[in-house]
Amino acid sequence: MTDTAWIDTALTSARPQAVGALLRYFRNLDTAEEAFQNACLRALKSWPQNGPPRDPAAWLIMVGRNVAIDDIRRSRKQEPLPEDEAISDLDDAAEALAERLDGSHYRDDILRLLFICCHPELPATQQIALALRIVSGLTVKQIARAFLVTEAAMEQRITRAKARVADADVPFETPGAVERAERLSAVAAMIYLIFNEGYSASGDTAEIRSPLCEEAIRLARLLLRLFQSEPEIMGLTALLLLQHARAAARFDAEGAFVLLDDQDRSLWNQKMIAEGLALIDKAMRHRRSGPYQIQAAIAALHARAARPEDTDWTQIDLLYGALEIMQPSPVVTLNRAVAVSKVRGAEAALELIEPLGQRLSSYFHFFGVRGAFLMQLGRNDEARVAFDRAIALANTSAEAAHIRMHLDRLMRDSQPHGSEISKK
Amino acid sequence: MLYAILCYHDEDTVGSWTKEQDAAVMKKLAVVQGGLTKQGRLGPVARLLPTTSATTLRKDDPPLVIDGPYAETKEQLLGFYIVDCNNLDEALDVARDLGAANPGGAYEIRPVGMMTPGSLKT
Repeated sequence: MTDTAWIDTALTSARPQAVGALLRYFRNLDTAEEAFQNACLRALKSWPQNGPPRDPAAWLIMVGRNVAIDDIRRSRKQEPLPEDEAISDLDDAAEALAERLDGSHYRDDILRLLFICCHPELPATQQIALALRIVSGLTVKQIARAFLVTEAAMEQRITRAKARVADADVPFETPGAVERAERLSAVAAMIYLIFNEGYSASGDTAEIRSPLCEEAIRLARLLLRLFQSEPEIMGLTALLLLQHARAAARFDAEGAFVLLDDQDRSLWNQKMIAEGLALIDKAMRHRRSGPYQIQAAIAALHARAARPEDTDWTQIDLLYGALEIMQPSPVVTLNRAVAVSKVRGAEAALELIEPLGQRLSSYFHFFGVRGAFLMQLGRNDEARVAFDRAIALANTSAEAAHIRMHLDRLMRDSQPHGSEISKK
Repeated sequence: MLYAILCYHDEDTVGSWTKEQDAAVMKKLAVVQGGLTKQGRLGPVARLLPTTSATTLRKDDPPLVIDGPYAETKEQLLGFYIVDCNNLDEALDVARDLGAANPGGAYEIRPVGMMTPGSLKT
């Protein structure tokens, strides 16, 4: 680490709390961000000489606020009638001190900051970009790179999102219990979106996009530290850790997607798995199940299996069954069918997904999974049709390549000699 | 005399290390630990999982389980145990038994991420 790296780390980890508090004061996102930027500039000058303050976030809030108020004063001087009373209640040293001592606001400040990014009118991609910019403090360049778009396009996307948020009513009053729970669940969903944006990358872009996964994990941890007794936030954090633990094994050297069963499990990150398992264990004690906890429990069963054949598919089938009741969706049923095929065979699995055909008629994975079941049953002609459809619907080159591998195998198997179907 | 050396650091900072940075630090520590091990002077070394995985048991009557790390500053760290448990519930049971034998104060229960047993002869 270089000499100033600790400052970067301190500024990054103080950012959500500081910007959140400054937003509460100024009730304007641009002013809050600018105030934070100015405070950071002063920190870069002052901290190397004086050492880190005891509470970096409180320091940044106080300095950011004072600088912004000075700016307001200066611009007021050029106006005919200065309204001193408008700023007098903000300019109070005692209040700044109280800020340091009173941490009770922080929780709602950070939650509010995350929550305004989840504005329902914003499309998911804008929500994510906005959160990465405002809460995480990534540069537009960094975000553009992760989204594989130009910097100018990302700049425009973020500006547009900010304008929308500014027009909306930002909820500044301290939320009640119900409202807080609603905000929490919207924020959790947004963090999961950030993660998926990184996780759904294909082999050639996985490296570029994995910072999104890491940022999502950082935000989930932040949220969990603020809401320590929320089993769904424990579940979300566990889910992200358990999925990201497999990152190094998900693509081969050529960037082709490697199925769970074929992954080199020695590449899984055991530290992340240990943390994920501990969190899901902690969440289960609350006996208040939820979709994130169930998905984390499924990921945990995969993580616990030293070899693919050790996987507890019966339990996974049951967990998907529970998820289906909680969050009915054809995609969940499709996932359950994979577990069913391991427990009760491809025939039963195929029967389970047959009714989904219409609703998933343009879903790549449906045809990939259906093709695989048909192939296991030796119904090769039908399998080929399904795989062809899957290739047509593939979102990434890695997905298409993976299906083509199945098709190649079918071609090989349909040669008169040496059928290998019984192997699979 | 045996001494316990308790490790404190900012978990955000340590958590933001890359795999390579982390490995480099561990390698340097292993050199120091290796010397102590050879002399038979090093006891167990443990690296704990982050505080988000912590649970606290207040040794009240009845004992109260709270999610999160021990946050009070009015009590001091007086000792620690390492126990092998299948899950958090088992660890909490052990903590309750210990708490019944010695009420008052609290236990923070934290999963151990990594541990070496050491070479200490007792």
